[in-house]
Amino acid sequence: MIGIFGVSLPGLFGQLLVGLINGSFYAILSLGLAVIFGLLNIINFAHGAQYMMGAFSAWIAMRFFGVNYWWALLLAPLVVGATGILIERGMLRRLARLDNLYGLLLTFGLALIFEGLFRYKYGISGESYPVPDLLAGGKNLGFMFLPIYRGWVVVASLVVCFATWFVIERTKLGSYLRAGTENPELLQAFGVNVPLIVNLTYGYGVALAAFAGVLAAPIFNVNPVMGSNLIITVFAVVVVGGMGSILGSIVTGIGLGLIEGIVKSGMIANLLGNIFDKVPVLGSLVYPVKLLFSPEASAVTIFVIMAIVLLVRPAGLFGRER
Amino acid sequence: MVRKLLCALVCAALAAQVPSAALAGTKVSDGVVKIGVLTDMSGTYSDLAGPGSLIAVQMAVEDFMAKEKPDFKIEVISADHQNKGDIAANKAREWIDQEKVDMIADLVTTSTALAVMKVAKEKNRITMVSGAASTPITNEQCTDTNVHYTYDTYALATGTGRAVVKQGGKTWFFLTADYAFGKALEKDTSDVVVEEGGKVLGHVLHPFPAQDFSSFLLQAQSSGAQVIGLANAGNDTINAIKQAGEFGITPKQSLAGLLMFITDVNSLGLQATQGMYLTTGFYWDYNEETRAWSKRFGKKRGRMPTMVQAGDYSMVTHYLEAVKAAGTDDTQAVMAKMKATPINDFFAKNGKIRDDGRMVHDMYLARVKTPQGSEYPWDYYNIREVIPGDKAFMPLSKSKCPLVKK
Repeated sequence: MIGIFGVSLPGLFGQLLVGLINGSFYAILSLGLAVIFGLLNIINFAHGAQYMMGAFSAWIAMRFFGVNYWWALLLAPLVVGATGILIERGMLRRLARLDNLYGLLLTFGLALIFEGLFRYKYGISGESYPVPDLLAGGKNLGFMFLPIYRGWVVVASLVVCFATWFVIERTKLGSYLRAGTENPELLQAFGVNVPLIVNLTYGYGVALAAFAGVLAAPIFNVNPVMGSNLIITVFAVVVVGGMGSILGSIVTGIGLGLIEGIVKSGMIANLLGNIFDKVPVLGSLVYPVKLLFSPEASAVTIFVIMAIVLLVRPAGLFGRER
Repeated sequence: MVRKLLCALVCAALAAQVPSAALAGTKVSDGVVKIGVLTDMSGTYSDLAGPGSLIAVQMAVEDFMAKEKPDFKIEVISADHQNKGDIAANKAREWIDQEKVDMIADLVTTSTALAVMKVAKEKNRITMVSGAASTPITNEQCTDTNVHYTYDTYALATGTGRAVVKQGGKTWFFLTADYAFGKALEKDTSDVVVEEGGKVLGHVLHPFPAQDFSSFLLQAQSSGAQVIGLANAGNDTINAIKQAGEFGITPKQSLAGLLMFITDVNSLGLQATQGMYLTTGFYWDYNEETRAWSKRFGKKRGRMPTMVQAGDYSMVTHYLEAVKAAGTDDTQAVMAKMKATPINDFFAKNGKIRDDGRMVHDMYLARVKTPQGSEYPWDYYNIREVIPGDKAFMPLSKSKCPLVKK
């Protein structure tokens, strides 16, 4: 078998594809955060919990009301998005004039409450959501076995990401949104209902999280902490992409997913090992770097990249200095 | 001044005397036997231990009070150790120093168990581990104030590993959680696999906890091994099994869950887990006795007990009986009594606690039923084999515990 640095070529393609799948999850979650931060200037720490609520709504709808996956994909974001609208209306709006630290604390508290309630009701082991029949099974691509459902996840999230980008950057409604970010008072003076736009934007960001949750339900075990495991990584993605940058969050989400995939394959660690292990002093110097890029440290990779990006470009790859 | 001080001292001494004078029979420090349940109340392991463990301990205390009518008071307190060694050690220190806790029970992760055992040894208090699984608890890091009750990685790994190799699963690849427990589980299993004539092709370490296992599963898949050993636990195992089905790994390659609890099978469903082999220290539906206790537990908790929770009940009962029999809650006296008395209840038959603190009892090799074969809720296992305690656990001759005289 042809191989590079101890990883077979089919293996590498497989890992890249898996990276792409995870990357599209990162993209759609960080997109929601970016939309919210862009317009509301709120760091929505409840995003992970809202993603979890999306997955649980799908499960509850199936279990108790017999609602199938496709309807859940539509309904769960609407329902969870509606709770988002209520949260903005009832709580976040009151904090609008304060430092954005207050919004962060409020949403963090809400995340803990939501998780606690679900944990109390459903326990920690979680529930199992089946893959819909239409997307069950997989296809052998030669270099790997691709579950059809995972392919669908990539397509669905890319479509939603692109549509969101298009609406915000290329339509009249989007121009209002962007104007609201720049100067809300002036926009209001033109007769645009800015509070309504802000309200719906938060609802939409939350709905995106719930949408990702429904996409994730058949892959991951649906449990109350599924969001908190992911949220920190997604924040790192947003920071690397540039806070509030729509395109940045999409591109970085996918990019970091790919890099994580390569690290998990062990290729970078093997490569560093092959080059430096035999060099006496340099070998031991490179050793910590090698450890940092070994599969078991893959959870750290994104944060290492975040640290490097912050050192070089504090506003993130696609962000603007304010 | 001196007289005042003397008077105060005498008064204090008298006051301290009163409760113990009232309790003539058993000499119990501070007038109460206090049990601290230190467990994972909200994290990954809170379903297999957590609130259910607390319920089991409370049931044990209630039953003991009703049956034995002891002449001492018993109190149960609980806390969440969050699976972090430092938090667990601090809590244990606080409990022993301020709350006067006599025995600390459950302790779900190896790191927390080892940290708390050290504190308890230093302060001369008893620890009884039911949740944690690694063998160092009764080997390199054993203490004479600790009992490891329900199971350990060696028993599970050798039970499942041996059965799977015998079924023809000769080549193995491990998916291992990157911490002490995962590595111990992998090592114990690969030793048995090699001993039985199998071969280990490789392993991959994954971060703990992890959500997406696809990268690691692809590596396991390309290894071509017949069996993928899952040296992890809780949600990690659940997600790995679920995603292995998705990537078409099963049924071509088979999975061996090296630490699976009935709550995991319940959460995954029989469709995903059918046919898997696993070793367990307790199965609720094994016989009349286990069913009777488990149904009582089920009424309180809303789900059937795991082996950890059943073990909690049994070990706390054993502890309280030892306190009563020894007539004191003094650590060394109670430890000696517990080690001298065999354990016979619904959980264990002729169980005995060895010098290294290991409680030796029969283990069960189970195979998960098919969805068609399951007739009522929680009807999940066929018990295929009873593994006698002496064979199930690591023999003392292999022990690295300094307390074991050779």
